[in-house]
Amino acid sequence: MTRTRASGRRVGGFRALSLQAPAVTLLLLWMLIPLGMTVWFSFQRYNLLMPGMTGFAGFENYEYLLTDPALWSAMGTTLLLVGWVLAITVVGGTLLAVLFQQPFLGRGVARVLAISPFFVMPTVSALVWKNMMMHPSSGVLAWLSNQFGLPAIDWFSSLPLTSIIIIVAWQWLPFALLILLTALQSLDEDQVEAARMDGAGPVAIFFYITLPHLKRAISVVIMIEMIFLLTIFAEIFVTTSGGPGLATTNLAYLIYIRALLDFDVGIASAGGVVAIILANIVAIFLVRMVAKNLDD
Amino acid sequence: MATLALNNIVKRFGDTEVIKGVNLNVEDREFVVFVGPSGCGKSTLMRMIAGLESATSGDILIDGERMNDVGPADRGLAMVFQSYALYPHMSVEDNMGFSMRLAGVPKAQRRARVLEAAKILQLEPLLDRKPRALSGGQRQRVAIGRAIVRNPSIFLFDEPLSNLDAALRVQMRIELARLHEELDATMIYVTHDQIEAMTMADKIVVLHDGVVEQVGSPMSLYHHPRNRFVAGFIGSPKMNFFAVTVVSAGADGVEVTLPGGAACHVPVNGEGVAPGATLELGVRPEHLSIEEAGTLGGRIQVLERLGGQTSLYVEMESQLLTIMADGDVAYRVHDSVRFGFDASRAHLFDQTGLALESLKAHPLAALTRQDNRAEAGTQSEEAAP
Repeated sequence: MTRTRASGRRVGGFRALSLQAPAVTLLLLWMLIPLGMTVWFSFQRYNLLMPGMTGFAGFENYEYLLTDPALWSAMGTTLLLVGWVLAITVVGGTLLAVLFQQPFLGRGVARVLAISPFFVMPTVSALVWKNMMMHPSSGVLAWLSNQFGLPAIDWFSSLPLTSIIIIVAWQWLPFALLILLTALQSLDEDQVEAARMDGAGPVAIFFYITLPHLKRAISVVIMIEMIFLLTIFAEIFVTTSGGPGLATTNLAYLIYIRALLDFDVGIASAGGVVAIILANIVAIFLVRMVAKNLDD
Repeated sequence: MATLALNNIVKRFGDTEVIKGVNLNVEDREFVVFVGPSGCGKSTLMRMIAGLESATSGDILIDGERMNDVGPADRGLAMVFQSYALYPHMSVEDNMGFSMRLAGVPKAQRRARVLEAAKILQLEPLLDRKPRALSGGQRQRVAIGRAIVRNPSIFLFDEPLSNLDAALRVQMRIELARLHEELDATMIYVTHDQIEAMTMADKIVVLHDGVVEQVGSPMSLYHHPRNRFVAGFIGSPKMNFFAVTVVSAGADGVEVTLPGGAACHVPVNGEGVAPGATLELGVRPEHLSIEEAGTLGGRIQVLERLGGQTSLYVEMESQLLTIMADGDVAYRVHDSVRFGFDASRAHLFDQTGLALESLKAHPLAALTRQDNRAEAGTQSEEAAP
């Protein structure tokens, strides 16, 4: 009986495999060809300004890249950007979700308004922040500080990375809010009431009931946001162009500088490979964390 | 030691009045069951006692102290929810010890109390498990354990067995009855299942549309329902009702004409009933008996054989009556059948649905579930209309 079933499964397995093959092959090619080309270019002398210089470069590109202080600064910037935006969106998103879960007049409208920044495309929101909010002479923030008799802050030159973090966090806070609010709605009201009977106040309920309930949703938010935050580009391009100096150059922007400002495809590809490795390291930790959380 | 009194409790949600002035006294160590169809307000009433819902008006007194403005945790009550409401991320032990953890009880003491409760409920081997690794019955026991640990003056149960399968429900019912005896605590229990009410209660409170229809011991409700609603709600299968015409009525009984023309003398107080009036006669399926010379007759529409007993659904003058008969009756579907009943078992209801008072109280009507416990035995008391 077992044998029949086992052999039957083997036949089924072969059949299933043959039917899956086209899709799997397509996806593999889809992934492998760009990856292979990036790796290939990273070992080539390939500079668009010097078409004569070609040929195998060995680890030259990597050597140049890894000894370039810009790379380490970009990595640091990337981690700072990702870390701060995650911290702001997860903490803020959780608190806002709890707030928007309370019944109040016009809650539906307020929820839509709170979520709407997520629908503004990154370039537009960066421009809005740059020219209307943070502009040192005509921005809302400058006007606000003037109201209190304070000097206006020139955000992008004195606090460049902070400004980028604010803009990106503003865009991603609604995403965290949306996911966490949805998760919060599945919280069993009986549990909250049982906790109230057990003597829990609002703060205890938040820490003992709400937060543990949101644990999974929070780990999903962290994972999804991290994937997108590692590749932040438009906001930097539109506002600071990576400057002043390298203050706001993250890995994605550094690769852009090498490829399309310096026209060195080889070094840019090497940067790409480094970015892939970094993303994979992060992904391993993330997948483990999420998998553990989903297991619970 | 705890008594509970509700004085004229009213609850409104917006314009709808859900509880319309409930008065109730719960004695110390009594097992009181709130029963009624869904939407009758029984759960709302319990939530108001628990403090999860505020009363629009009226007083909630626990041990004589007004509790309306006291928070749910400070009323000295514990509640078991229908969904169990266990904290999914905490182990059984942490679930049970949560209230003490919030109160800042030291860990060793917490553990001792949890173990004590776990022993009563046979939960010791499960203390390290998470709720999702437990079966329905075990979760239910953990929920009860969480209540026991708090050492409450009154236990509140909100339909605790309705999520369990039938076999487990019977088992938990017995366990709850045992627990009541062991803990010797006041318990209030909400259910829509009249079997749970009949089997466990010292005192049943029948609620309907936010009004208390009747309060009393299970047997007094069964034998002396105050009105047609209680008569129909208590007892399974449902009581049969049909219209009868009054021939003569007096303090010593009412003479009525049954469908089919036979006369019947029902021993109820018929003062004020005019001859010629139409009343409704109620008789329980188990009190209808098949007799060759029965005063009533009809044709069997459906026959349900349960082995030990048989339910006959008989059409009599376009009305379907239920008869509980012996398991061995030889009748078949579409047979004609004659049946009768003992007039002292019958109830008469006037046009407003109120029962005419029985001349003789049933000997068991004052019996409580634990009648041997004299100090906890309660007399049946009628609710104010």
